[in-house]
Amino acid sequence: MTLTVSNLHTHFFTRAGVVKAVDGVDFQIAPGEILGLVGESGSGKSITGFSIMGLIDDPGRIVSGSIRLKGEELVGASEDAMRTVRGNRIAMIFQDPMMTLNPVLRVDTQMVEAIRAHEKISKRDALARCRDALGMVGIPAPEERLRAYPHQLSGGMRQRVAIAIAFLNEPDLIIADEPTTALDVTIQSQIIHEAQSLCKRTGTALVWITHDLAVVAGIADRIAVMYAGRIVETGDIDAVIDTALHPYTVGLLGSVPTSNRRGERLTQIPGMPPNVMNLPKGCAFGERCPRRSSECDAEPLITEPRPAQAVRCFHPHGQGGKL
Amino acid sequence: MTIEHTDAASPMVPIPKIQAPWRRFASEFFESWIARVALFTLLTIILLALAAPWITPQNPYDLAQVSVMDGRLPPGEESFDGYTMWLGSDGAGRDLYSAILYGLRISLAVGVASGGIALVIGSLIGLFAAYIGGRVETFIMRLVDLQLSFPAALTALILVAILGKGIDKIIIALVLVQWAYYARTVRGSALVERRKEYIEAATCLGLSHGRIVMRHIMPNCLAPLIVVGTVQTAHAIALEATLSFLGVGLPQTEPSLGVLIANGYEYMLSGRYWISVFPGLALLFTIVSINLVGDRLRDVLNPRLSK
Repeated sequence: MTLTVSNLHTHFFTRAGVVKAVDGVDFQIAPGEILGLVGESGSGKSITGFSIMGLIDDPGRIVSGSIRLKGEELVGASEDAMRTVRGNRIAMIFQDPMMTLNPVLRVDTQMVEAIRAHEKISKRDALARCRDALGMVGIPAPEERLRAYPHQLSGGMRQRVAIAIAFLNEPDLIIADEPTTALDVTIQSQIIHEAQSLCKRTGTALVWITHDLAVVAGIADRIAVMYAGRIVETGDIDAVIDTALHPYTVGLLGSVPTSNRRGERLTQIPGMPPNVMNLPKGCAFGERCPRRSSECDAEPLITEPRPAQAVRCFHPHGQGGKL
Repeated sequence: MTIEHTDAASPMVPIPKIQAPWRRFASEFFESWIARVALFTLLTIILLALAAPWITPQNPYDLAQVSVMDGRLPPGEESFDGYTMWLGSDGAGRDLYSAILYGLRISLAVGVASGGIALVIGSLIGLFAAYIGGRVETFIMRLVDLQLSFPAALTALILVAILGKGIDKIIIALVLVQWAYYARTVRGSALVERRKEYIEAATCLGLSHGRIVMRHIMPNCLAPLIVVGTVQTAHAIALEATLSFLGVGLPQTEPSLGVLIANGYEYMLSGRYWISVFPGLALLFTIVSINLVGDRLRDVLNPRLSK
């Protein structure tokens, strides 16, 4: 396994109370595998990513749990140790490519410094590697782009540069936090295709954080659906998309417009996500759930009603039916 | 659900050939005629000051060349040694034209040196405060507030009184007075930059703290720093003149503009206006031209003010 996250709790200790942003997350990811981490805003998916990077700022803290990268424990590792991991063994791709490149430095400067932060290598060799990396993500005339400033590149081009930087040091794991949300749809699919083939080729595991089920369906091997700081359903992408078990996943899938249901109203999940400062007793989704019963006042445990698919619910949909 | 893959990237337009940044900056800067005049005046003043030993008839610091016989000559009179004193002479017999150019050398040197040192020290402190945050930042910024709540001239006066006379002492005093302006400016923009995503991305690349501060945050704070730097240099020149005028700055043997103005002060009411007025005008032109250049820099460098 490239990455094993078990029982991760990341809490924020604010003046108003404790925000349990991540509250018991488990998942594993194998080399070359792509895991789609899905959930709405505030479900804790980005915080999970930052916890893995070891970049939780005050007042947040990883309270308990373990994050192991190829068997090496990252929770509680020293800041120096984490710096050798970041950018080298775990890389990150951000949402807005307009913001993630430094406006005053040329592309080559930023790429070379990413390599030289972790490796003793001559500038010329580093530049050669940057050129190859840009070529790999489908940037034409990489030589010329290397000498460009970020504002001379389009959004899609910049995101390609960001992806190239992430792959530069051949990391074990890449965490992509909504990397295609800010791009238009045609560029989205190109970027997804590029990332997918690079992962398969290099054996890099990829955690793709998004709220867009269509994107996940296009790229991921497995999916994990988060709700209120927990994973409520996980499994192979086809299984979950075809026969979702958790009422929340079913609700999410029902709210995606598709071409074979024309003219119908999209189903909507009633209510609002719960306040993570003050979670309801029992199942966090209970208040919005159409299948709720008195049992749901207790906390549901994760079960595996079908092979390769796990769910945290007392009343999973049997046949993955419709809401 | 399927997603179609278009192969690689569509043919891209080549990078638009844009003007080099400094050229665009220069052409924008020179759009204003005030800026053109101010920069021309400033450059002329600097050139005159630099060339002083070759274009003046007298070295006012060399006591052998200064004769009391020439004291208080009105503008246009001929000196004892036979050259014309176009701007007259002061009480000690110094040719004012020579004295002003030599005085400008001192004023500019003091301004640039103290401005430069204060800029480096102040911005390092500001960057450090913004990056560290927490109590260290609060402490440093309260120190800055404390410093800025005193009038600059008063603080400088006290410092010079403690340190004593001499160019080096004056520069130290001015640096101690001015670092706070730079620290505050840089800390403000560094706080904004620090929150931006590219800094987070740089952290995610595993870059060292020093590299993030110096290579990523600092260059993005340069624009306001350049503007404050120009204005504060003018301010430093004015402060030095003030201190010298009050008699705590530079010694009589090395007259800066402030000393020259002070020397002429006692003759003002007896009609010998030139001893104070000409050095004063030189000071005025220097400070005003620097400030106008600084104003224009602010307009050009601030994206919010550009059309």
